[in-house]
Amino acid sequence: MTTTSIDPAPQGVMNVSRRGFLGGLVGAGSFVLGASWPLASARAASVNEAFAPNVFLAIAPSGVVTIIAHRSEMGTGIRTSLPMVVADELGALWERVTIEQAPGDRSFGSQNTDGSRSIRRFYDVMRVAGASARNMLERAAAARWNVAHTECTTRGHEVVHESTNRTLPFGDLVADAIALDPPAAEDLRYRTRSELNYVGKGVPITDGQDIVTGRATFGIDATLPGMKYASIERPPVLGGTVRAYDATATLAVPGVERVIELSSSTAPHAFKPLGGLAVIGTSTWATLRGRQALEVEWDDGANASYSSETYDAALLASAQAGGRVVRDEGDVDAAFADATRTVEANYELPLLSHAPMEPPCALARVTDDLCEVWAPTQNPQTAQDMLAGEFGLSRDQVVVHVTLLGGGFGRKSKADFVVEAARLAREVGAPVKVTWTREDDVRHDYYHAVSALSMKAALNGDDDVTALRMSTAFPSISTTFDPTARHGSDGELGQGFSDVPFAVPNIRVENGEARGHVRIGWLRSVANIYHAFGVSTFVDELAAARGRDPFEHWLSMLGTDRDLALGDFYSNYGEPLERYPYDIKRLRAVGQLAADRAEWGRDLPRGRGLGFAAHRSFLASVAVVAEVDVTQDGQLTIPRIDMAVDCGLAVHPDRVRSQMEGAAVFGAGVALAGEITAKDGRIEQSNFHDYKIPRIYEAPQDVRVHLVESGELPGGVGEPGVPPIAPAICNAVFAATGKRIRRLPLARHDLSWS
Amino acid sequence: MVTLRINGDEMSLDDVDPTTPLLWVLRDHLGLTGTKFGCGMGQCGSCTIHLDGRATRCCVLPIRDIDGMSVTTIEGLSEDDDHPLQEAWVEAGVPQCGYCQVGQLMSAAALLADNDEPSDDDIDRAMSGNLCRCGTYTRIRSAIHAAARAMR
Repeated sequence: MTTTSIDPAPQGVMNVSRRGFLGGLVGAGSFVLGASWPLASARAASVNEAFAPNVFLAIAPSGVVTIIAHRSEMGTGIRTSLPMVVADELGALWERVTIEQAPGDRSFGSQNTDGSRSIRRFYDVMRVAGASARNMLERAAAARWNVAHTECTTRGHEVVHESTNRTLPFGDLVADAIALDPPAAEDLRYRTRSELNYVGKGVPITDGQDIVTGRATFGIDATLPGMKYASIERPPVLGGTVRAYDATATLAVPGVERVIELSSSTAPHAFKPLGGLAVIGTSTWATLRGRQALEVEWDDGANASYSSETYDAALLASAQAGGRVVRDEGDVDAAFADATRTVEANYELPLLSHAPMEPPCALARVTDDLCEVWAPTQNPQTAQDMLAGEFGLSRDQVVVHVTLLGGGFGRKSKADFVVEAARLAREVGAPVKVTWTREDDVRHDYYHAVSALSMKAALNGDDDVTALRMSTAFPSISTTFDPTARHGSDGELGQGFSDVPFAVPNIRVENGEARGHVRIGWLRSVANIYHAFGVSTFVDELAAARGRDPFEHWLSMLGTDRDLALGDFYSNYGEPLERYPYDIKRLRAVGQLAADRAEWGRDLPRGRGLGFAAHRSFLASVAVVAEVDVTQDGQLTIPRIDMAVDCGLAVHPDRVRSQMEGAAVFGAGVALAGEITAKDGRIEQSNFHDYKIPRIYEAPQDVRVHLVESGELPGGVGEPGVPPIAPAICNAVFAATGKRIRRLPLARHDLSWS
Repeated sequence: MVTLRINGDEMSLDDVDPTTPLLWVLRDHLGLTGTKFGCGMGQCGSCTIHLDGRATRCCVLPIRDIDGMSVTTIEGLSEDDDHPLQEAWVEAGVPQCGYCQVGQLMSAAALLADNDEPSDDDIDRAMSGNLCRCGTYTRIRSAIHAAARAMR
C-alpha cells in the first residue's frame, strides 16, 4: 500500500503560543501552533496578508492536547476524524486529547461543511500541524538530552530517545517548545502508514457518550438567561406578503408577549429569511398556541401559479426538447439516422425535503456592538457575513457559535434561520430562540430539485450501442440566487450526467430550461440523485432490451480501463482531473466487488430480485447491489444491500461505513416514498405522516459495506453512497416483478404481480 | 396544579399552562433538554420518554392528562450512564448526528424491560415509532441484541 503524499510542500506553520489566539479555550502557558492552508497557492495568497492559521493545536503544561475542530458535526464524525489525524501525527494519546469547536472565523479557512470535502481538503493540513508540533517537541527534548533531534520520536504522549530508552512527557516540554520556531517544510517527517495508530483504524466518536446520555448540546438546546421564544408564521407561497392580520386572539394566549411582522423576502431569495409574523413568548408552547390563533390574510404573489402537476409535465417536455448542449462527441444525429433500432425512456423525480431530525433553529443575542448566535449551522462564516451586513457590524463583532447539528444534509448551510433569530433579538431587546416546527421545515425548505430526464440510445445491426442522447431538466440551484437562471450549472450537470463514463462513440448531453418557484438547494449528493437514477436505470433497460445480464452489460459499457477525458465543462468537484482522475478501472473494480460480495446471479424465487447500479461522485466510486422482496400483492421490502466503496484512503473506516449505511437508508427514502409537491404555490406536505422517510422496518434490513483498501488520495464519503441506491432498488424491482420504475417514488406504483 | 414524579423527584408544576405537552415542560421549564423535539405530532419518536414505565411520545402529551404519573427521561435512565443500552450504543458506534438517539434509547429500554431476548421482528415493532434520518437502523438493531445479551 502506498502512503498518501503531501502535495505540494507545507507552508505557514506558526508558533502562536504568545499571541493570544484561542482566547479561553486553552489554559495560559500552553504551546499553541497554527498551520495555514498548505495546498493551493491561490488560497495561500490571502493567508500572507496577515497570519491566518486555519488549524490550531495546543498543548498545556498538564499534557492535555487541545485540537480545534473547525468543520461542523452533523453526523459524519468529522469532529473526530480530523483531530484524530493531528493526534496521530503528533503521537498523542487520544484519551488525553480535548476537542474544541471553532466559532465562525475566516482564520480557520473554509468552514462550509458541504460537498463531502472536509477530509480531502484538510487531511494534509492536519498532518502538517501534527508533524510540526511533533518536530518541535522532539527538538525540545533533544536539547535537554543533548542528542540530535532526528534520533527522537514521539509515542504515547511522550518524546522517546530510542537508543538510550529515555522519555519525556509532552507536558514537561511545553515551556521549551513555546520558545522554538516551527520547522521548515523540508525538515518535516510524516509517519508512514505502519507507524500510524489511528488513521486507517479509527477511534470512538468524541461525542458518543454525550449523545447517549442526552448531554450533547444541539442548536435547539442552547439557552441564555432571559431568553424569549419565537415561532414564525411564514408566507405559504415563496415571495408572498402579509396583506392583513389580526393578532388579538394570539396576544390573549398566556405567555405570548408580542407579534412582530417581518418583511418578506424578495427574489433572489438566496439565504434571506422568508418574513412573516413572529410570535414572541415566554415558552415554546405559548408561541405555538399563539400561532394557531393568528388570523392572517396573505398576498401570495407570482409563485401562486406554481403547481407540480402542470409544472412537471412541462419539465418533461423541456427535457425531451433539450437545448443547451453540454457535451457533444462524434455525430449523434448520424448515428441515430443509421440506427437499426433505438431504445428510449424518460425518468421523473420529485422535489425532496431534507427533513433533518432537528429542524432549523437558532438562538441570538444582539446589542449595539455585538451580535452573538448559537446555531446548528453548516456554514458559520456565511451566517457571520449576513449578520454583519444586517446590523452594520464588523465581522469581529459577530460571533457564530457552532453547536452540534441534529442532521444537516445541506439544509443547514443556509443562514436564513440564523438571521431570523438575530432580527428578532434585536427587535425584542432580549435573547431570542427561534425553533422551526416540522411543518415549517417541510413547507419552507430549500428543496432538492424536481427533475426530468430523457434518454435515448441508438443500436446498429450488430446490436452495438452507437450513440447516446441524454437530456436533463431541473430548476437549478442557481435560480435561488438569480431568478433569471434557466439552466443547470456546470457543477450540477457534471454530477453524474455530463461525466457519463460509457464507451459509446457518439454522445450528446443536453440541458433543457426550467424556472424556479420554490427555493432550490443542495441535498445530500445533489444532482447526482436524479442523474444516477436516469443513467443507471437506462443502462439496465438497455441490458434488458439487448437480452444481456445487467451487470455484465454495465461492465461492457465501461469500455477499456482509462482515465475519462472530459472537457472544460467538467468541474470534477473542484479538483483537477490530474489529481483526482475519473478512473474507469476503479469504477469497474467497485462494480466487480459489489457483484462478487452480493453473489450476483444467485437464484432467487419469483418476487425477489437483485439490482445493480454504480456511480462516481465527490471523487469516490460506489457500486450497489440491492435485493428486494415484492409480495404478490405488491408489498416491498429490502432484505439486503451490498455497497462496494472506493473513497481512496479511508481515514476513519468505521465512520466511512456508517456514512454508507446511512446513505443506503437515505437513498431508500428517495426510492420508496420521498415526494414533495406544490399546489397553487403551497407545499402540500407538512410532517412525517405525509412526507415519509424510512422507518426501521422499511429501511434496508442488512447493509453490507465493502471498502476497497486504498492508499490513494481521500475522496468524499458523506454523499457518494446515496446516488446508486435508488436505481439499484428499482432495477431489483424490475428483476423481481418485470415492472420498470421510471418515476419516483415507488409509493406511486402498484408493484403487485401474478 | 399538576404534580409529576420526574426521574424520581416529585415536581409541582404550578406555574405551567396545563395544556403544555410534557416535552416542552421538560425542555423549557425544567431544563431537561436530552428529550428532543422532532415533529410535534407523535410521528418521529425523538421525544420518547417512559410514562409509568411505558415508552411514550411526550410532544402530544398535555401534562394535565398525566397528573400524578411517573416520568423517566434520558437523564434518569441510569445512575452512572451505564445502562447496558448506553454502553452497547457507544460500543457499536450507533450514533451519527445523535439527535434522535435519546428517543431510540428510551424505546429500546422499554422493550428490554419487557423482553430480554427480542427477535429482529420484536425490535422492528418496538422501534417502528422512532425515525432516524441518518439511517442508523442496522446498528440500532445489533446494539439492542448486544445489550439484551449483556442484561441476561
